[in-house]
Amino acid sequence: MKLYLRYVSVLLKSQMQYRTSFILVTVGQFFIPFFMFISVLLLFQRFSTIAGWTLYEVALCYAVINISSSLSECFARGFDTFSMLIVRGEFDRILVRPRTTLLQIFGTKFEFSRIGRLSQGFIALIFSLMYLDVSWDLYRVLTLLLMILSGTFIFTGLYILGATLCFWTVEGLEVVNILTDGGRNFAQYPLSIYQEWVKKFFTYVIPFASVNYLPLQYLLNKANGNLLAHMLAPILGILFIIPCILIWNFGVKHYKSTGS
Amino acid sequence: MIEVESLSKSFKVAKRSAGIGSAVKSLFNPQYSVVNALEDISFQIDEGEIVGYIGPNGAGKSTTIKIISGVLVPDSGKCKILGNTPWENRIKHVKNIGVVFGQRSQLWWDLPVIDSFNLLRDIYRVPEGEYRKTLNLLISILDISSLLTTPVRQLSLGQRMRCEIAASLLHNPKILFLDEPTIGLDAVSKIAVRNFIKTINQERKLTVILTTHDMNDIEALAERIILIGKGQILLDGTLTDLKKRFASHKIVKVDFTENTKSINIEGVKILNRSKESMALSVDLDVIKVSDAIGFLAKDLDILDVSVHSRPVEEIIVDLYKVYQI
Amino acid sequence: MRAYYSLFKMRVLKGLQYRTAAIAGVCTQFFWGIMYIMIFEAFYKSSTTPQPITYNQLVQVIWLQQSFLVLFMLWYRDSELFNQITNGDIAYELCRPSDLYGLWYAKLIGQRLSGAILRCFPIILIAAFLPKPYRFSLPADGISFILFLITITLALLLIVAISMLIYISTFYTMSPTGSLLMIAVAGEFFSGLIIPVPLMPSILRKIVYLLPFRYTSDLPFRLYAGNIGLKEGLLSIGVQLVWILILVWLGRFLMKRAFKKIVVQGG
Repeated sequence: MKLYLRYVSVLLKSQMQYRTSFILVTVGQFFIPFFMFISVLLLFQRFSTIAGWTLYEVALCYAVINISSSLSECFARGFDTFSMLIVRGEFDRILVRPRTTLLQIFGTKFEFSRIGRLSQGFIALIFSLMYLDVSWDLYRVLTLLLMILSGTFIFTGLYILGATLCFWTVEGLEVVNILTDGGRNFAQYPLSIYQEWVKKFFTYVIPFASVNYLPLQYLLNKANGNLLAHMLAPILGILFIIPCILIWNFGVKHYKSTGS
Repeated sequence: MIEVESLSKSFKVAKRSAGIGSAVKSLFNPQYSVVNALEDISFQIDEGEIVGYIGPNGAGKSTTIKIISGVLVPDSGKCKILGNTPWENRIKHVKNIGVVFGQRSQLWWDLPVIDSFNLLRDIYRVPEGEYRKTLNLLISILDISSLLTTPVRQLSLGQRMRCEIAASLLHNPKILFLDEPTIGLDAVSKIAVRNFIKTINQERKLTVILTTHDMNDIEALAERIILIGKGQILLDGTLTDLKKRFASHKIVKVDFTENTKSINIEGVKILNRSKESMALSVDLDVIKVSDAIGFLAKDLDILDVSVHSRPVEEIIVDLYKVYQI
Repeated sequence: MRAYYSLFKMRVLKGLQYRTAAIAGVCTQFFWGIMYIMIFEAFYKSSTTPQPITYNQLVQVIWLQQSFLVLFMLWYRDSELFNQITNGDIAYELCRPSDLYGLWYAKLIGQRLSGAILRCFPIILIAAFLPKPYRFSLPADGISFILFLITITLALLLIVAISMLIYISTFYTMSPTGSLLMIAVAGEFFSGLIIPVPLMPSILRKIVYLLPFRYTSDLPFRLYAGNIGLKEGLLSIGVQLVWILILVWLGRFLMKRAFKKIVVQGG
């Protein structure tokens, strides 16, 4: 942990060398999803509800997913750009150091400019909280925090999976965006609006349901049955990272036997 | 200290050829060929040795370095380095080694050198006191105290290489791998790097394994060389061994008072001759240099004699030819 | 002309070399198509009031957007050009006897075309065999299809004229990221790639019709889907032509000025 903080401070120093470009990118990072959010607003103006969810409910879902995805982009950006590390042969350098590969890669990049995107997510959150008719108690606040945490873990897991692919090929990594960007865009709306197979995929394969559906139902008083299960569902999302790490380790092993 | 026993490693390489037709074909039926990068490599290196690991491009040098530094796992073979097998106890093993890849940097491009050093201290968990001591030592031998606060991107290549070497020694490794440490450096920097390697080797009993294409590096540093070609070890011995084995001729240059008498000694060939001097090639298998000079002295009034070996560079080129690599 | 042809052929060959990239691109775009359609499906099901574009027409538009994405994406950039500008290698180009604007223009068209050719047919083909509500179908009628072909060609000329302006702006800002990001995001929105133009509120739609962006990826696709009639279609072709003329003129003008600036700087 101490080492990670050291990495972060070095990276911050290094990014501050290019201040103007940093500010521009941060502002851009704010506006890209901002247009997304505007479009959600506009669609609701025309259609008023989507599969029984109101604008403010969707806004909450949108906010949670965007906050957690930008958090994970901050921390796990090193995995997103991992192909560069492989292409330049710098992964060898990481292997000759006495620390775990995962920690070192977390330390290669920290995308501070995602603060732009993060603040956009918070604006959506405030917007939805202002209009939502929900009485916030301690349990709900905790659940909300747990949702954000869980989302962050899922996205990080996906980034790790995408990076693992680089051990086999550095071509066509665009396809990973289906899981990361695609996952984010899908999960901006409550899962229940989708077809059966999509719901199943995002419940059993990539557990987004544990972030944007089950606990959301609890927050919005839509849950039936065991409330505790709805509240604690995000923990499943956090556990998602475990298989991702195992697959990563398998990838490292493969790299060490082929060197490609 | 380092024991390597019959390492082998092969790679599968995808074949690709030009043209739209073959591009489509390889889409459905990719072709692979197997390349044997290493075949049955064995050697031992003791503490404090400086070993030059040489061979032409693609001979398997960097594959070997990658295996013994724990980056690659071989197909078969054994390797024990200070009691660890690199690919089994990676983290334990890499604490003992330092690696410099001559063409890549481990320093942070935009930041002052000292920031990179401090980060490395944390990565290797070097205790503060020990770190200070090592750092001061390295600063004084490498003469980099004025560079520490400069961003890496503003350093010259020679300055950067000195800092790279310092960076890989901060954690006090027992073994240092240098992969082409003098590539692209000017003459002054090359000599500085060589001197440093010598010094640190003597003071710390550091074991150094060095790959290079610059034979002057080898001549200045390595008592022992391992020559590799096509994945096999062709020669393992001292530089003198190499010279003895492959330099069967010596060049003798003689100055004398004016004389035009013809010289005819078995095993001695005249390369060129003027009225007062000549250069001779002496075949050591036939005649000793001292005997040849003795015969010469009978016929000539010798003023000065000098004996030269052929440059290592040429010997190596010959070697590559002999082994057809 | 020969030079352009061989440049184009090289690009296609290069694209085929990166087969995995092309396949990955197709998969990604296909996936996005499905996703957008599903979201809109849910919206359409939640409302009974008729919309300015039918669900079926919208499906056609979405598939076309996804297939021709490479053709009309503003962020599809050529880093080679950017580097030339920012590191000053552009000086060499200035020494050549050719018309730089025209050369870049041709290069960018070739690049977009080759990218799109590799990707659009597989997506369209797969989409044409999907089950009913998601299926990509034939054009509304023959005339719409002809109009579609004309407008999509003009649209390509238009989008390249717009992206030329982004490249030229680099002369002034010296940092591609900022200007590219801003124009790309705004352009994407105003060309109906995030929310289809017919579904926008009327004030916004009026603004969109005043800007050039919708004449790239909104007009041809809606013509294909039969959402725009013959008369409006013909009129829009005129608008496209006017925009192309204006933007190409503007680009040439700004480029000339930028070069003068470089000369003045003595760089």
